[in-house]
Amino acid sequence: MTIFELIGFGPNGWGLAMLLATAMTIALALCGFSIGCVIGVAVARAKLSKSRLAVVMADFYTTVLRGVPDLLVIYLFYFGLSQFLSGTVTFWCADGGFLLGLLQPSAITPGLCGSRGFIELPRFLIGSLALGVVSGAYQAEVFRGAYGVLSRGQIEAAKAVGMSPFLMFRRIIAPQVLGYAIPGLANVWQLTLKESALVSVIGLVEILRQSQIAANSTFKPFYFYVVAGSLYLAITAVSTYGFSRVEQHSLRGIRRA
Amino acid sequence: MDMSYMVDVFLELLSGVPLTIQLVATSTAAGMILGLLLAFMRMSSSAAVRLFAQTYIFVFRGTPLLVQIFLIYYGLGQFHHTLQDIGLWWFFREPYWCAILALTLNTTAYTGEIFRGGLQSVPFPMIEAGRAFGMSRFVLFRRIVFPIALRQALPAYSNEIILMIKATSLASIVTMMEITGLAYKLISETFRAVEVFVCAAAIYLVLTFVITRVVQGLEWWLSPHLRRDPKWMMRRDGDRHYAKSQAASSGGL
Repeated sequence: MTIFELIGFGPNGWGLAMLLATAMTIALALCGFSIGCVIGVAVARAKLSKSRLAVVMADFYTTVLRGVPDLLVIYLFYFGLSQFLSGTVTFWCADGGFLLGLLQPSAITPGLCGSRGFIELPRFLIGSLALGVVSGAYQAEVFRGAYGVLSRGQIEAAKAVGMSPFLMFRRIIAPQVLGYAIPGLANVWQLTLKESALVSVIGLVEILRQSQIAANSTFKPFYFYVVAGSLYLAITAVSTYGFSRVEQHSLRGIRRA
Repeated sequence: MDMSYMVDVFLELLSGVPLTIQLVATSTAAGMILGLLLAFMRMSSSAAVRLFAQTYIFVFRGTPLLVQIFLIYYGLGQFHHTLQDIGLWWFFREPYWCAILALTLNTTAYTGEIFRGGLQSVPFPMIEAGRAFGMSRFVLFRRIVFPIALRQALPAYSNEIILMIKATSLASIVTMMEITGLAYKLISETFRAVEVFVCAAAIYLVLTFVITRVVQGLEWWLSPHLRRDPKWMMRRDGDRHYAKSQAASSGGL
């Protein structure tokens, strides 16, 4: 079988599976990035706040999550959430165990109740949460840096015309900070996209996992990892182009040297 | 969380530290040399060389490190007969060398870009002044360009080393028992993820902290012109003894 048959869309080809896996990678990275965006804004807000406790906690969060390998974070979420839930199952089993069963029918097996077993959570959820928590730490730094560029006069002016804090955030702060943050956000997006490959270790079928499966069943690992690499390159290239367009658009009102 | 278990885990994980440091040290050292080479290629006057460097950087920065590791460790296994024939199989058979090769190739791409930024930030008049003194190209590079470029590039480079410390965790996926590999083993044996995570995270944070401090020290050493005059610092702190001694010495004169 030639390489084109292997990676093509024919009866023996893995093309369709690889494309579906690509969609999964993109969905996973997007979910992780969006969760990270919410966390990033909240943590950046904490870093800029007057409360010392909030600042210390936010600094701790970004230091730890940026200093610890992402693989460990994924393990923590995969095994740790199960550890946490199996602790609660024993507690709930007497009356409320069915609640968990409703959330994830396969999670509750008769033998599990009352024993400390392993509860399987949806892998996509675990993966995007883990990615989001890490990318949130990076995004917090990006947002904080971008907020620093905003001139104080604008905030004073917004207060002077009587804007509520929410309105000021929505009309004045968010649009400008987002504009300045785009180059940094583009970096974080690339990082998140590449880290999404690590989620393959918990068995989610994204690009890397799919190419592993294909490599193992065809004994052609080289071809499939080259395909995997090319797919990531394609996503990277397209998103670099996209971000540069968005950047041009969002900074169109700013005079540059 | 019980403390005795944490201590056990911590000691167990510590035994993975030498391997992590080995992986980081070997690949960053090799990556530094290759990265410098890549930076020069990226600024070469030959378009073909520039294109090669640009493609290299694009490919290695645009794909996940895990894919690169798999491609080298599992992917090249597809050609093991050829590799055996040319006598390279001993290298690609070992996960240790494959991990180091992948980490090196990966960090070379990032380091190359960091060094290029540093080299391009050296002000041209300094190079002109060096030439006016009759320095040879090598002396000019060693005495003027490299120290200044290194100083400029250090903050970004320390980030890269930290990323490398984190990146070595991926070697655990190809069976290397460094910190993350041991952590995974412990977690999958006991399912006590939180305790193991706390210990492993603490070790990684200490490593990162040490690296940051060492690089900061290097930066301080390389930028004597930015250091404050110690006497000036004392005066700013309002040290009365300093003022007194000044008065005494001026009075004595």
